[in-house]
Amino acid sequence: MANFHPFVVPFVLGTIGLFVICGYKYVRWIKQFDRKQQALIRKNMFSTKILPAIWEMFCECLLHLRISKKNWRLGYMHRSIAFGWFLLIVVGAIESRIGIKGPFHFWCAIFYRFFHHNIPANGTEMFFTQLMDLILLYVLSGIFLAMLKKIHSRILGMKRTTKHTIMDTTVKISLWAIFPLRLLSESVTARLYANGGFLTQSIGDLFSRPVAEFLELPLWSLYSIALCVFFLMMPFTRYMHIFTEVFLIYFRKLGLRDSVKMTGYTKYELSACSRCGMCIDRCPLYNTLDINDVQSVYLLRNLRNLEHHQDILAAGKNCLMCHQCAEDCPVNIDLMSIRRISRDKGDTDMADNYRYLDPVKGFNAIGRVAYFGGCMTQLTPTISESMKTIFDAAGVKYWHLDGDRAICCGRPLMQQGFNKQAADLRRKITELIGSCNATALVTSCPICYNTFKHEYNLTIPVYHHTEYIDSLIKSGKLSVKQSDTTFTFHDPCDLGRGCGIYDQPRAVLKAVGQLKKVSAEKENSVCCGMNLGNTVLSLEQQTKLRDASLKVLTEPNPDVVVTACPMCKKAFRHGTEVNVKDIAEVVAEEIKK
Amino acid sequence: MSNFGFTIKKTRSFNLSQADLRMANRLLEEVPSYRKCIGCGGCAATCSARQFTDFDIRKVHNTFRRGQYDKLADELRKCMLCGKCTLVCPRGVNLRSLIINMRQLLTPSNETF
Ligand code: SF4
Ligand code: SF4
Ligand code: SF4
Ligand code: SF4
Ligand code: SF4
Repeated sequence: MANFHPFVVPFVLGTIGLFVICGYKYVRWIKQFDRKQQALIRKNMFSTKILPAIWEMFCECLLHLRISKKNWRLGYMHRSIAFGWFLLIVVGAIESRIGIKGPFHFWCAIFYRFFHHNIPANGTEMFFTQLMDLILLYVLSGIFLAMLKKIHSRILGMKRTTKHTIMDTTVKISLWAIFPLRLLSESVTARLYANGGFLTQSIGDLFSRPVAEFLELPLWSLYSIALCVFFLMMPFTRYMHIFTEVFLIYFRKLGLRDSVKMTGYTKYELSACSRCGMCIDRCPLYNTLDINDVQSVYLLRNLRNLEHHQDILAAGKNCLMCHQCAEDCPVNIDLMSIRRISRDKGDTDMADNYRYLDPVKGFNAIGRVAYFGGCMTQLTPTISESMKTIFDAAGVKYWHLDGDRAICCGRPLMQQGFNKQAADLRRKITELIGSCNATALVTSCPICYNTFKHEYNLTIPVYHHTEYIDSLIKSGKLSVKQSDTTFTFHDPCDLGRGCGIYDQPRAVLKAVGQLKKVSAEKENSVCCGMNLGNTVLSLEQQTKLRDASLKVLTEPNPDVVVTACPMCKKAFRHGTEVNVKDIAEVVAEEIKK
Repeated sequence: MSNFGFTIKKTRSFNLSQADLRMANRLLEEVPSYRKCIGCGGCAATCSARQFTDFDIRKVHNTFRRGQYDKLADELRKCMLCGKCTLVCPRGVNLRSLIINMRQLLTPSNETF
């Protein structure tokens, strides 16, 4: 057979194996989509949503822009390997189509220089040869950085890299071997037939002719074997992310989201994780408490392999649900939903547990704002009192919905995997709010706010009190004095990372005093340690987390540390000499009479 | 008699030497902070569920600890897991963890994994 040599067999088998295994997995997962997800696919499959999906695939799967934004060195490493390899395949395919004489097989593109020796010194073919050398150099620079990162992660700006399994390490070595082997094979062939570019020819010329003759076949064979090993192991290791991320982006653009149970969509997410470890660096449990086996990367790996049942349960429990890892994940995997899925308690208990809430009748609040302090605000009454002062000063009619009887919004149940119970609770509260005819819902608790925003379908607008106060000041309904007091602001996890509210509290604080910046704020704000998502940390551990957060907040020596969550306020109050206040209290003190 | 806003509970009695303390001991293992409970009732006084119905979280964990598990599973379902009790407990007992563990010991759930 022309343009064939036995050494291509491993590569061919590897490629076929790769497509068969991946195809099998992908089809199986699609069958595991739930009804809602399937309906969305049928509805949007060929809609215009495909275009932004393709753009995102290009930016993320090849260029890795999100990683670059967070860490340019790491971004370069990923881009050079992914985009470089992609270019090698595409440009290689074009080059070989032009160059190959006789029958064309798909492996001719991969082993082009072995099958095609005569390259004129000028013209298109030489241009491609030089270009391919340049691309190969680009990929090799990425591989070199990856090796450096293994030796010393800080060179690439990471505190810690993921602890990998043996499988992951083996497949990584085969990946690292592919490109140096390609370089050597092409160089040796270049020595024999003078068909190399600037890189391969110069390296090839270092060999003597007999050595090159002796090495040529073994090197090309090793290259083919390395490709085969990588392809066959890929579907069972973290490199499955290469293809899976493409599908995940597509499904996400079609509107698919995680459900409360494990679905096919979640399976795609689990496999789209590249185990890059960017979710480890800012995890407070790792940073402050040195707990290093519960982070999302490990949870996802365990869920994917399903072999460490106990590990999954343990790792699932110990997490603050502070959203930090979800913020940092370059694949935008919905890590908080997956954490909840890992805590799912099942459907054993089908009774309606909250019948005692049924007789709770709404108040007729036509034309009024319903104020929902939240359970925790019952324990910090100065916050609700301040809100009342503010409502009165702005002439807003309100109704304090949970003044003497607090109904939980259902988030704590949901976070612990009691999904059915949380849904029951949500139904009761929706009925209650629906029956009172209020114009809007204002809450003082970011946890409730996040839940009302994302888990409820209320017919009236929902505001957190920071947003609401900001709009009162901006519209001139509330006049405040600007004092000389200096503030630092703590972004509560559920308000900031959970709901993206960063600017409103800052605008409010600038209106009533002087706001100082802190070293870790907005997306990187450090959790106060009291997040309801965790039930296993000890008091001592929570205190350490609180202190780490306070250290950041008190560094610029503010007069007052301001937060916007009753829970954080409670956490901070006993941890520092500095005054701790909720934003509502600060504003209530500065109202112009 | 002056009204102090609370009533005194009827005395209950049971035979501790016949109680099956296996689950109670498991609970103490899972939630070590519970060993520090002094039974003050702070948790029950603040409880959100109690503001609507007669649910007494102190009574629930106290009887559980003494091996009397009757009807506790149904009682516990009234809890909304809001966490106010954990926040007010003067002894730092992790009540939310306690409640989840009691629920799981009484009605082991079918985890999906
Ligand atoms: S979860 Fe995201 S950040 Fe963490 S390792 Fe996976 S891809 Fe990286
Ligand atoms: S949510 Fe927070 S505590 Fe949990 S794994 Fe992510 S970063 Fe760590
Ligand atoms: S979410 Fe938390 S803080 Fe808010 S009302 Fe519910 S239990 Fe209270
Ligand atoms: S508040 Fe704490 S110490 Fe008091 S009874 Fe409840 S758990 Fe025990
Ligand atoms: S968590 Fe349960 S027991 Fe504790 S205060 Fe809330 S409703 Fe009551």
